[in-house]
Amino acid sequence: MAKPIELDVNDKRYSVKYPPDTPLLNVLRDELGLTGSKYGCGEGQCGACTVLIGGAPRRSCQIPVSAAAGKPITTIEGLEKDGRLHPVQQAFLDAGAFQCAYCTSGMIMSTVGLLQTNPNPSHADIVQYLQGNICRCGTHPRILDAVRQAAKMMQERAR
Amino acid sequence: MSNFEEKCVPEPERYEFSAAPMHQFELARRDFFKLLGAGIAVFAIAKDALALQETAPGPRNFRSEELPKEIGAWVHVGEDGSVTAFAGKAEIGQNIRTSLTQTVADELRVPFESVRMLMADTAFTPFDAGTFGSRTTPTMTPQFRRVTAAARDLLLGVAAKEWNVAPAGLIAADAKVTDPVSGRSLRYAELARGKTLAQTLPAEDPITPAAQWTIAGKPIPKVNGRAFVTGRHQYTPDLRPEGLLYGKVLRPASFGATLTSVDEAEAKAMSGVVVVRDGDFVGVAAPSEREAQQALDALHAHWKEVPQISNKELFSYLKQNAADKSEERFRKQKGSVEQGLAGAAHRLDAAYTVAFIAHAPLEPRAAVAQWTDGKLTVWTGTQRPFAVRDELAGVFHLPLSSVRVIVPDTGSAYGGKHTSDAALEAARLARAAGRPVKLVWTREEEFTWAYFRPAGVIEVKSGIAADGTLTAWEFHNYNSGMSGIETPYAVANQRTQFHPVPLILRSGSYRGLAATANHFARETHMDALSRAARMDPLEFRLKNASDPRLRAVLEAAAKSFGWPRKKTQEAQGFGLACGYEKGSYVATCAEVAVDRASGAVRVVRVVEAFECGAIVNPDGLRNQVVGAVIQGLGGALFEAIEFENGRIKNPHFANYRVPRFRDVPEIEAILLDRKDIPSAGAGETPIMAIAPAVGNAIFDATGVRLNGLPLVPNGLRST
Repeated sequence: MAKPIELDVNDKRYSVKYPPDTPLLNVLRDELGLTGSKYGCGEGQCGACTVLIGGAPRRSCQIPVSAAAGKPITTIEGLEKDGRLHPVQQAFLDAGAFQCAYCTSGMIMSTVGLLQTNPNPSHADIVQYLQGNICRCGTHPRILDAVRQAAKMMQERAR
Repeated sequence: MSNFEEKCVPEPERYEFSAAPMHQFELARRDFFKLLGAGIAVFAIAKDALALQETAPGPRNFRSEELPKEIGAWVHVGEDGSVTAFAGKAEIGQNIRTSLTQTVADELRVPFESVRMLMADTAFTPFDAGTFGSRTTPTMTPQFRRVTAAARDLLLGVAAKEWNVAPAGLIAADAKVTDPVSGRSLRYAELARGKTLAQTLPAEDPITPAAQWTIAGKPIPKVNGRAFVTGRHQYTPDLRPEGLLYGKVLRPASFGATLTSVDEAEAKAMSGVVVVRDGDFVGVAAPSEREAQQALDALHAHWKEVPQISNKELFSYLKQNAADKSEERFRKQKGSVEQGLAGAAHRLDAAYTVAFIAHAPLEPRAAVAQWTDGKLTVWTGTQRPFAVRDELAGVFHLPLSSVRVIVPDTGSAYGGKHTSDAALEAARLARAAGRPVKLVWTREEEFTWAYFRPAGVIEVKSGIAADGTLTAWEFHNYNSGMSGIETPYAVANQRTQFHPVPLILRSGSYRGLAATANHFARETHMDALSRAARMDPLEFRLKNASDPRLRAVLEAAAKSFGWPRKKTQEAQGFGLACGYEKGSYVATCAEVAVDRASGAVRVVRVVEAFECGAIVNPDGLRNQVVGAVIQGLGGALFEAIEFENGRIKNPHFANYRVPRFRDVPEIEAILLDRKDIPSAGAGETPIMAIAPAVGNAIFDATGVRLNGLPLVPNGLRST
């Protein structure tokens, strides 16, 4: 059996026994019960499985669990603090930026990643950044609105 | 498909239909108060529902609009004042959980938040043929209104009896009944306490007209929105019952391949792995997805394959293999096309093609199956929970009452989730394993083994008088289907015909069905005719459109778009298209920019006007309309399934291109609210006009007439 791998997910420590090349997504969903990150393609093409590793958005279906060991991982479940939504979650909710919402976790995680490195993105920046996230329901314009609104909220909070 | 599946799955429908199982009304009614506790309940069922169901159209019936007329809505007011409404429909992202909740709250006169909608659970919701055909709003809205109005009357009656007054003078509002004479009032919760009052629907109860709606008609946000932005909502693939195993199914090497041999020894030797072989069905279940995949990889199978055509020969194949004699019901004729053509000042003959495309819902087909004491429960993302239940019962020789199908709010479908495949596969594996099994199709399985929107060839022959009046219209659709086949324009001489072709790839419903193909052909042809007549495309359509609702959407879209527009740059183009289907109207204007050097086509701006009668939720409707435009852009510009010899050549998002952020133009949706017209559905019609509008805009920009969908999978190389 594989050696235990130490994971740091949403500020909690876990020790999991999985073969080291198992995709992080499977461990998050099947072992830790964090099912907010979705399987959409398993090929890094749709973004539904996006999580933050060391603050940067990563496709968890493409990351071997061993490569995430010891690094801080944030999933959609880790954004809400003390019952208060993260500004990006709040902005998506306010904008009604989902229909079936299966892509929403990945969209939100990618947006959190974007706003951490670029707090005031242009339209082109957002489009470029979210190009790897698929929404099949065609809710893109509202997602763009939500990202802009979230940027505004985060800048106001930072002030 | 394998023998197993052939045995259990009837051929997937190419066009929507509704098969008709027996109603489970009495059973559910007995369970009703047990489930919900005491209170007041109203059931609605048409007396002749069973008879109607027994004569309902079966598979391969093309009259898709003729669904059973049965009423399927129940509502319950509990002792705590909570309201539960029951519908057999599934929430798949179209936002009906919210719009139906609004309707119930509105008619019962209670706050929106106090209503819970229990949907798509065969143990507790009324029978429903399926969530398709834009039928939820036009059928469920009036049914819920009638049921809820009857519940309100029951509550008024209880209060009247309590106070010994006539019910006619009492007022129901804000979840209570008030007597305006005495000023007394009783809350619904108080009125329902200790009661187990149930009644079936009275013949007619007046319902609230749209002009007086207070909760319906408002842009109320999606129910449970917070569960979606926090990741808490559980879709089928997120369920993890105790003792869960993960399933995988061995897929044939190619379509139609038959299993000649399979060596299961290596897989069976793996720890914790269950291997099931049942005819051509071979599947595995294992404690983790990884182990299931390893077991699947360890199965050594040999297949006998059959040679098949490729997408390169597709359109000639469709023409050559059409049924010689098309059945009467596929034909429509009026006047004499020959005479109309003979007298025409301009004639035009053209052929149009549409490719196979995939729904590619982001949540793949998935099911979790669990057997307990010989009873089967399956959670699955499907548009037809009752049909899935019936198929499971048939395959496993169970009474219907031993099978329960539950549909968690699902990660979209677009017409693609009518079949039972994942449910049957998971149930078969779970039975063998003696433990619950989850089966989630991979993206490659989705692209390969799900069904497609059928490809087609459409031929149009037409004539116009010198003043632009249509004089003749002949329209032949090969394979793609009949939806939206009839022209909405006034033409004295018409012939319309659908020509079925034997299946090439697994084909089925897709958002809008063939209306997208038929509108593409018709509206592209209309554009070409307007050029022949030297008329403005808008003016030409208005000249031939007598339906005031069609004219209204055309005029609304044109006005906001600024039609007719002058070009401000080279290779800029403007196009429009319009149509009618399933009780609603659409008109779309598009602006494109073509890069002459690279041939790249960019859709810059889209204005779409849509009218579906009285709007129940303008916020949800706007999401559907804008979403349909964006999804429609994929099929319009670049989506196409490539296949050869029974294999899909592009079964991945990396080589099957779907619309992404960079493809999204500026979109304006104009919603015309007709409170005087009953609400129609809105999930499909808004997708119909975008492809021809874009194609016509490309012609306007370049002079190149593109008659095939997708229009520019590789850009406009020829210019």
